[in-house]
Amino acid sequence: MERDGSMTDSVVMRASDLENWSTGAPDGARVRNAPAGDIEVVDLNAWFGNHRALRDVNLSINGRAVTAIIGPSGCGKSTLVRCLNRMHEEVRGARVEGKVLFDGRDIYAPDVDPVEIRRRIGMVFQRPNPFPTMSVLDNAVAGLKLVGGLSRSELRERGEWALRAAGLWEEVKDRLHEPGARLSGGQQQRLCIARALAVEPEVLLMDEPASALDPASTLRIEELVQELKERYTVVIVTHNMQQAARVSDWTLFMLYGEVVEFGPTSKLFTRPDDQRTEDYVTGRFG
Amino acid sequence: MGASDAPIVEKAGAPARRRGRTRVGDAVFKGMTRIVAFGLVMLLVLMIGVLAADGVRPFREFGWRFLIGRNWNPVAGRQSFGALPFIYGTVVTSTIAIVLAVPVAVGLALLLNEVARGWLANIVAVLVDLLAAIPSVVFGLWGVFVLQPAMDRTIEPFLANTVGKVPLVGPLFRANVSGGFQGGDVFTAGVILAVMIVPIVTAVGREVVSTVPRDLREAALALGSTRFEMVRMAVLPYSRSGIVGASMLGLGRALGETIAVAMVVGNSLGIHVSLFNGGYTIPAVIANEFREASSEGLHKASLLALALILIAIALMFAALSRLLVRRSAALVSGGPAPPATELARLEGAA
Ligand SMILES: Nc1ncnc2c1ncn2[C@@H]1O[C@H](COP(=O)(O)OP(=O)(O)OP(=O)(O)O)[C@@H](O)[C@H]1O
Ligand SMILES: [Mg+2]
Repeated sequence: MERDGSMTDSVVMRASDLENWSTGAPDGARVRNAPAGDIEVVDLNAWFGNHRALRDVNLSINGRAVTAIIGPSGCGKSTLVRCLNRMHEEVRGARVEGKVLFDGRDIYAPDVDPVEIRRRIGMVFQRPNPFPTMSVLDNAVAGLKLVGGLSRSELRERGEWALRAAGLWEEVKDRLHEPGARLSGGQQQRLCIARALAVEPEVLLMDEPASALDPASTLRIEELVQELKERYTVVIVTHNMQQAARVSDWTLFMLYGEVVEFGPTSKLFTRPDDQRTEDYVTGRFG
Repeated sequence: MGASDAPIVEKAGAPARRRGRTRVGDAVFKGMTRIVAFGLVMLLVLMIGVLAADGVRPFREFGWRFLIGRNWNPVAGRQSFGALPFIYGTVVTSTIAIVLAVPVAVGLALLLNEVARGWLANIVAVLVDLLAAIPSVVFGLWGVFVLQPAMDRTIEPFLANTVGKVPLVGPLFRANVSGGFQGGDVFTAGVILAVMIVPIVTAVGREVVSTVPRDLREAALALGSTRFEMVRMAVLPYSRSGIVGASMLGLGRALGETIAVAMVVGNSLGIHVSLFNGGYTIPAVIANEFREASSEGLHKASLLALALILIAIALMFAALSRLLVRRSAALVSGGPAPPATELARLEGAA
């Protein structure tokens, strides 16, 4: 009972936060007339050493919508999202070929700074990874500190905003100065989401953000994704078919590093074009 | 008896036999580790015992004044022994070594593990390891013939003209008591020690840095951090305790280093603010004087007492480092800070 109560509370809280976003709170300059945040993937191939993990992937991800990536383990879902913000190249021996156009510009062009790309395209990992020596608040604003130029009070304000946006504020507002590692797993994951949101990226990549979480935390993250798509382009990798069906507008089904089918979620789950997609979404696969 | 029975019997028998063997193996292993552990402790106790048998005599004679005494005169008839110049020299040279070596070693470890990859990094790594293989007497020779002249002629005058003018730390970098920069001094000894301990601190530092989880590095990078910011944000905080441990290992070596220090430290008794004055360390005085020390009077006993003090200093630093490591380890794991009793125990040991 008590738990239910607190959950609705924080949902209401988040709804009002969203209003604040569009009115520009807290600093009055938050309204963004940004481009739509479309991503166009053209003939993308990715390798780990000699192992080719992505094969000629072509894809257009629509801005301000949720795109789910599904497929069996090892089919290259993580590799694909990591290619979208140039994290793939951080693995030793990893290599990328092809183009990823972000608002029309190739992020793999030689004059593009990966650091800049990663600021604009945020990422949440499968396993919660808050910085263990930093407090909850410091974790939330870690990315902002990198950008610099904000006073302590501004940082705190933005941190609070991000924690509210991630639906974590109510639970941590009295323990902002405790180490982030002391939160529960679900709270840590939402802290990581807050950390990614605080820098106001244009795109949020989520690699199985709920795979290590309980149903309640999973539900919160799904609600959060719904709210986020008003302002962000969200790409979410998931193993959970229901989750993909619930949260996404578009779904991509991959197999052995290749795109099998990409389309509106409702179509992909009810009238897929490809037999393999049908087998997979109905659980008859393999 | 069918052929198919045999494997079944064997299958049933094997685990039991293996378990029996394991139990015997465990007992033997346990016994052996106990013997070795006990033997090591006995060795330490024996060593301290032998040292203490004679080493307590100066304390009996002079009391605490042995620790703070500034005179050391082994000439029969005018004997007088005080340990302070040696304690001072040992602590100061080691401290200089740590202050100079740790930033360099940590920088090297980060450079080799985080930034540079490929053949250049490999060459640097091999060179650093080679440094560890050079015998200390060779370092001493290099110190006497290369480093000390360079120090006397250029480096020390330069430091005196620059850092020497800064308030607070300035007095540490002034001309020595004879008004110049000639002769061996504690600063030169500290620099040699620093060069000698860089390899070990670097090697351990690299191990430490490589234990930082990839998750954390990627968390920092995905936020849009540069490589340097990633190191500051994810790598250094996580490896702080390990770096303290690595430094303490280096400090242990610096405290005990004898021959290279004896060759450049000046072997004089003074205690001065300026680091460009000669000094003396505990290992150096023991190595220099044990041959002439006779059992009559307190000379030999005082040298043994110095050895005891050296052990005490080393243990003190070890305890201090344990304390530091525990504190930051507790931070990293997010667990509670170490309980007060634990701190008290460690402080008691010191
Ligand atoms: N660091 C790596 N080094 C070498 N090969 C890798 C590495 N990471 C992944 N791979 C390989 O690349 C392929 C795609 O991996 P990826 O992690 O993208 O799969 P995934 O679809 O995310 O799987 P999961 O659902 O299990 O997370 C797999 O065959 C995997 O073995
Ligand atoms: Mg994956």
